[in-house]
Amino acid sequence: MKRPDALPTPPRVADRLLSWFVAPHLREEVLGDLHEEFAWQVARIGERWARWRYWWDVLGFVKPRFIRRLNPKYSTPNPTDMLRTYLKIALRHLVKNKGYSAINIGGLAVGMAVAMLIGLWMYDELSFNTYHQHYDRIALVMQQQLEAGQIATNNATPMPLEATLRTEYGESFKHIVLASWTGGHILAAGDKKFTETGNYMQPGVPDMLSLKMRKGTRDGLREPASILLAESVAKAYFGEADPIGQLMQLDNKLDVRVTGVYQDLPANSSFRDLQFIAPWDLYVNSKDWLIKSKQLWDNNSFQTYVQLADNVDMAAVSAQIKGVKRAHVDAKLAQQKPDVFLQPMSRWHLYSEWKNGVNTGGRIQYVWLFGLIGAFVLLLACINFMNLSTARSEKRAKEVGIRKAVGSVRTQLISQFFSESLLVVTLTFVLALLSVQLLLPAFNEIADKQLTILWSSPAFWLLSLGFVLLTGLIAGSYPAFYLSSFQAVKVLKGTFRAGRFAAVPRQVLVIIQFTVSVTLIIGTIIVFRQIQFAKDRPVGYSRAGLIMLGMTQEDVHAHFATIRTELIQAGAVAEMAESGSPATGLWSTQNGFSWRGESTDEQVGFGTIFVSHEFGKTVGWQFNAGRDFSRAYATDSSAMVLNEAAVRFMGLKNPVGTFVKWEGKSWKIIGVIKDMVMESPYEPVRRTVYMINNGSGNVVTLRINPNRNVPGALSTIEGVLKKYAAGIPFDYQFVDQAYAQKFGDEERIGNLAFLFAGLAIFISCLGLFGLASFMAEQRTKEIGVRKVLGASVLNLWSLLSRDFVLLVVIAFTVAAPTAWYFLHNWLLKYEYRTTISWWIFAASGVGALLVTLLTVSFQSIRAALMNPVKSLRSE
Amino acid sequence: MALHLISKSRANQYCMKRTYLGEFEEVVLLTAAVLALQDQAYGVAITHEINEQTGRAVRLNQIHTALQRLEEKGMVSSHMGDPTAERGGRRKRLFTVTAYGQRTLQEIQTVRTTLWDRLLAPLIPTLSV
Repeated sequence: MKRPDALPTPPRVADRLLSWFVAPHLREEVLGDLHEEFAWQVARIGERWARWRYWWDVLGFVKPRFIRRLNPKYSTPNPTDMLRTYLKIALRHLVKNKGYSAINIGGLAVGMAVAMLIGLWMYDELSFNTYHQHYDRIALVMQQQLEAGQIATNNATPMPLEATLRTEYGESFKHIVLASWTGGHILAAGDKKFTETGNYMQPGVPDMLSLKMRKGTRDGLREPASILLAESVAKAYFGEADPIGQLMQLDNKLDVRVTGVYQDLPANSSFRDLQFIAPWDLYVNSKDWLIKSKQLWDNNSFQTYVQLADNVDMAAVSAQIKGVKRAHVDAKLAQQKPDVFLQPMSRWHLYSEWKNGVNTGGRIQYVWLFGLIGAFVLLLACINFMNLSTARSEKRAKEVGIRKAVGSVRTQLISQFFSESLLVVTLTFVLALLSVQLLLPAFNEIADKQLTILWSSPAFWLLSLGFVLLTGLIAGSYPAFYLSSFQAVKVLKGTFRAGRFAAVPRQVLVIIQFTVSVTLIIGTIIVFRQIQFAKDRPVGYSRAGLIMLGMTQEDVHAHFATIRTELIQAGAVAEMAESGSPATGLWSTQNGFSWRGESTDEQVGFGTIFVSHEFGKTVGWQFNAGRDFSRAYATDSSAMVLNEAAVRFMGLKNPVGTFVKWEGKSWKIIGVIKDMVMESPYEPVRRTVYMINNGSGNVVTLRINPNRNVPGALSTIEGVLKKYAAGIPFDYQFVDQAYAQKFGDEERIGNLAFLFAGLAIFISCLGLFGLASFMAEQRTKEIGVRKVLGASVLNLWSLLSRDFVLLVVIAFTVAAPTAWYFLHNWLLKYEYRTTISWWIFAASGVGALLVTLLTVSFQSIRAALMNPVKSLRSE
Repeated sequence: MALHLISKSRANQYCMKRTYLGEFEEVVLLTAAVLALQDQAYGVAITHEINEQTGRAVRLNQIHTALQRLEEKGMVSSHMGDPTAERGGRRKRLFTVTAYGQRTLQEIQTVRTTLWDRLLAPLIPTLSV
């Protein structure tokens, strides 16, 4: 309601419009003038016209000059501007303290790179076999049976098992595939002839393993005389030509036709060596003993793979088929209590060890072990990073003071320190990624892997990002929260002193670092000692200059006597022999031996090796008693040579001349040899009997004439063999090399442990070095004063080093029992093991102390030698 | 702030070259100088004064523009005055002529007088004849 006495007011809409477009700093005077003018105009021309006039005046101000806003007097930065200054300050600090930055970033980058390598390795191990699409539906049929009171677990199954599973439990399985063992076979096409590893398998296998067919179809294996080749093999034989329909010859007698080519299987598949697949039936029909085996439940010589039907449960099926063998065997075999079960594909690689019927893990232990080591190395690097960042940031207390005085809020300081540590960690991450890329080939060599960085995996990036954030936040947390809490006045006045206990967390972290390092050193020494211990074990024969030809050498067997004479006359070999197992393996175990004084009725297995007369002389076994086989005695065809382990087991006092019954025949023991280490050098030697067999052996062993040079002898041997056995490539292996391979796993672990222990120590020392130099710098004045008062360099050195030595000593007292506990358990795994002696601990303790002193001394001596005039001048 | 500095420097530039004032700006400056004597040199007052003295129908926005320009050139300075009721409680921006402004006015005056003098001197005898 308008009051009559109220002054007339100008149009409100016009006012609002004006207030909207006129720049705020002009609003007051313009609006004031307009209102005054309006009042004046009302008096002059009346309200109505004045209102019109008002509009006209208002619109007059629609000009850039009145609309343009004044530039603000103070800048209004957006948040990123502040971040940019943080980054700039951080970079300047990095450049200013080059030494610290290098140590800090370098140490963390090494740690990160190691963690990444280990992570990739673990990923590879854990994703083993996942190439196969039906990964979680595939299983291997295994059986357990009693052998000498122990439950033995094996993946060798009898042939009739397959048919029985098919008829009795067929609905539980999608595929059942009977297979031989993947091994070397001679594969020939035209004039090309190489040894390729492959297997004979039933036709369900391409489907089961979801082979990616490059040419032909998965049904190719159903054709009678067919063969499927891996892509690389097909290329090696046929180049660019179409391999389909080409003729090949397997093992010099089976003619096959290529019906398919599949993509090579990756290195992290259990079937990685499967370079060709030939039809199972072709194999079975090629040998009489195989045809006979179709009915034999006691010939455990074949592998049975299954793929489950879609709707069934692995464990349920496994329980279902448990008694399938027992139901079909006679009473005698049933005594062994054979149980059948399924081992899922996901567990083949990582859980392959069994002890008395219980799965005891296997490679998975190493996966966790290395995971642990990787985590520890990373932890060390992070600790370093944190220690150095915090130590250095104390020097920045003044900066914090000034920032606070100028008006920084605490949250700003916190975000400054966080952004700084995140920047450094990001730099480090890039560096680590680069070094991993560079190191990967070498690492693959050591670890026997084909790893690549998972550039395209989102999980990898997420994990990396998470890690960068985590490290950055942890490392930045101390300066962020502690330093930002300082009172500006105190800091700037100079009365601020880091508390007495400011160094305590740092010291604890150093102790942790050295605990881990010393533990790793002790571990490495013990692993290498164990390997050396096993290597030094007497093997019972001589490996030097011994070579073996690994395949069924029927042509060689046919001309054995001629070849032998010819080679010996040519001076190439000292002796040669045939045998059922190579000198580095024990391929056959048989039951049914009985002797007088036998203490048990149980079926016990003996390693059985059929050899030719010359075997002993070739390998150089050593007799404890009795004599070697000899062609001079016709009766030696039913003679046995035993090893010490067998004699011990049988409990014979005077073994030589005793008779043993086996397979309805009476065998006379003619000699006892020292145990020959043919299998794992960590296991006790198995009881073994050696017998003469004039049939063809699996392996031909030759001892090169020690007086001939090896390459010359090899070429002579090759020439002679070509003459009599033209169809066989000259693929030989040195026994000492084959024996050395038995240490492969342990050596690999030893090497990796050595590498990681070295890195751990390196990182710890880097940190120590940085800390020591920081301490020395902080105490510059103290040192100066002490020097003026007459302290010697030695005094000062011990003053500065004492603290660190104490930390290492504490770390050692923690590390020693920890290391002992873990390694003691690790060694228990080996039957034949080294002892953990006290000197290992002493040596690593002294070693760690020496390294520490060396690291710290560099800094402390430098500080102690400094001229006090210089350090005190600034006061 | 920045704009201010720039305009200052521009003012100096003009100063060096002897500032040229437009006719309208000169009138505004002169009027402001007169009104400033009673401390009444602000937008509306100057408008009315010019209206009265010259009979020109000037608009408020023109006066404001001219005053701003003069301020940018450094010839006037301003401060906020007191609020009044008819202005709805808003303050006036009161202008005073700076020394530089006064000198400029005087220079203009001198130039004109000189020119007038030269024009009038020959005319006078003609007139007296």
